[in-house]
Amino acid sequence: MNKKRGKQSIMFTNPPIITSTANIVGPMEGQGLLQGFFDDVMQDNLHGLDSWEQCESYMMEYAIKKAVNKDNSTIEDIDCIFAGDLLNQLMSTHFAMKKLKRPFLGLYGACSTMVEGMLLSAILLDGSFSNKVVAAASSHHDAAERQYRFPNELGVQRPPGAQWTVTGSGAVVVSVTGNGPHITTATIGKIVDYGIKDPNAMGPAMAPAAVDTIWQHLQDTERMPDYYDMIFTGDLGSVGRDLVIQLLQEKGLDISSNYQDCGCMIYSDAQDTHAGASGCASSAIVFCGQLYKKIMNGNLNKILFLGTGSLHSTTSYQQKESIPCIAHAVSIEVS
Amino acid sequence: MTNEICNKQQQRKEKMEQEKYQSKVDNITPKPPLLKNICWAFVVGGLICTLGQFITDYFGELGFSKKDSSAYATAVLVFLGSFFTGVGVYDELGKRAGAGSIVPITGFANSIVAPAMEFKREGYVFGVGAKMFVIAGPVLVYGMVTAFIIGLIYWIRL
Repeated sequence: MNKKRGKQSIMFTNPPIITSTANIVGPMEGQGLLQGFFDDVMQDNLHGLDSWEQCESYMMEYAIKKAVNKDNSTIEDIDCIFAGDLLNQLMSTHFAMKKLKRPFLGLYGACSTMVEGMLLSAILLDGSFSNKVVAAASSHHDAAERQYRFPNELGVQRPPGAQWTVTGSGAVVVSVTGNGPHITTATIGKIVDYGIKDPNAMGPAMAPAAVDTIWQHLQDTERMPDYYDMIFTGDLGSVGRDLVIQLLQEKGLDISSNYQDCGCMIYSDAQDTHAGASGCASSAIVFCGQLYKKIMNGNLNKILFLGTGSLHSTTSYQQKESIPCIAHAVSIEVS
Repeated sequence: MTNEICNKQQQRKEKMEQEKYQSKVDNITPKPPLLKNICWAFVVGGLICTLGQFITDYFGELGFSKKDSSAYATAVLVFLGSFFTGVGVYDELGKRAGAGSIVPITGFANSIVAPAMEFKREGYVFGVGAKMFVIAGPVLVYGMVTAFIIGLIYWIRL
């Protein structure tokens, strides 16, 4: 049976199950709005290690091991790991994988990595190529900041539209059998670029990609937005979120009542992060904590979960290129 | 030929859409609190300069010449800028004061010490040594170029 739906979507015939999730965050995220939804909160951004990059590796390793542990499995039961982060050549991920010693496929989708990993996991499981797969993503504020922007101790003023890279990591275990919500459909995004060049305006850069994927998903699956209890995007922040609502309204769809952005759910206003959170971990820690718990408690039954990635590099924006963006979607449903 | 025209039309259409989107983004993006930022920059920048003047006067009272006093005051301010960068205070100040803490010489010290601290993990040669001037380097380069041009003008006029 053909699983392809419409132009860019897949409808799984044996929808794989998200059997467990785990997350870990830095101190700032731990003091934010999602207190109590984290498996561990680190005391500081180094966690006694020598570098921020090592700390990020530690977080990813912790999240994966914890998720596998919660699944009552051993790491040897994992057939494949899909993972990625924001650093050049996926530095943190590769050092975490070195210790885990499991078959591994690295992903760079910037902040869309978590959903990209879940989407590929579901394909692998639905196709009977594996029994148990892990998808994970991480980001680290200080490590990302020094790679993409300025040294952390430099006294620069951030514009009000800027977002704060999340320190944290999240991992999901996706299995063929077990308890939990199913990944029922997926929509693979395409690169959308509306010519935004300011690397501080990632929300506005990514919003059209999110809109493109939401629109295509609804077209392909012949659904309306109210089919879902909630639609979540990864890390558009408050500016990007408002743009998504506005752009979809122009297309005649109103999602203002059942849409939220994970980037607006992490920090409180008092934490002065400006437009909200960003980074691979933004969607990862929100899904692997609060959202998964809400689904398991029966508070959410059907969600559309989008990862939004801004795929610029330090070289590309210095060469005055615009920011290519992407968004992938998976729908997660309790059957 | 028709292809070329089509491409050009396509490009023009894309550009128009991009401009339209940019104006939408500009409407929705919060504006920086200009008055607040200016006040912060004025007060903090002013305080740093006043401190510099105090130090200069102090050295003057100790009997140093005017030229020596200002050189010593510069050294003290550079030390203070570096020190407060090291203890992690200067970036907090810069977040609010903006140009007020970037323009004085303490800001210059901050721009050198911050990358030096950050890249220590990459070693003293390719880390600290190579990265120390990533921010301050352009200031030095264009400072020297400007000085050269001004010098040239001065020389020609004489």
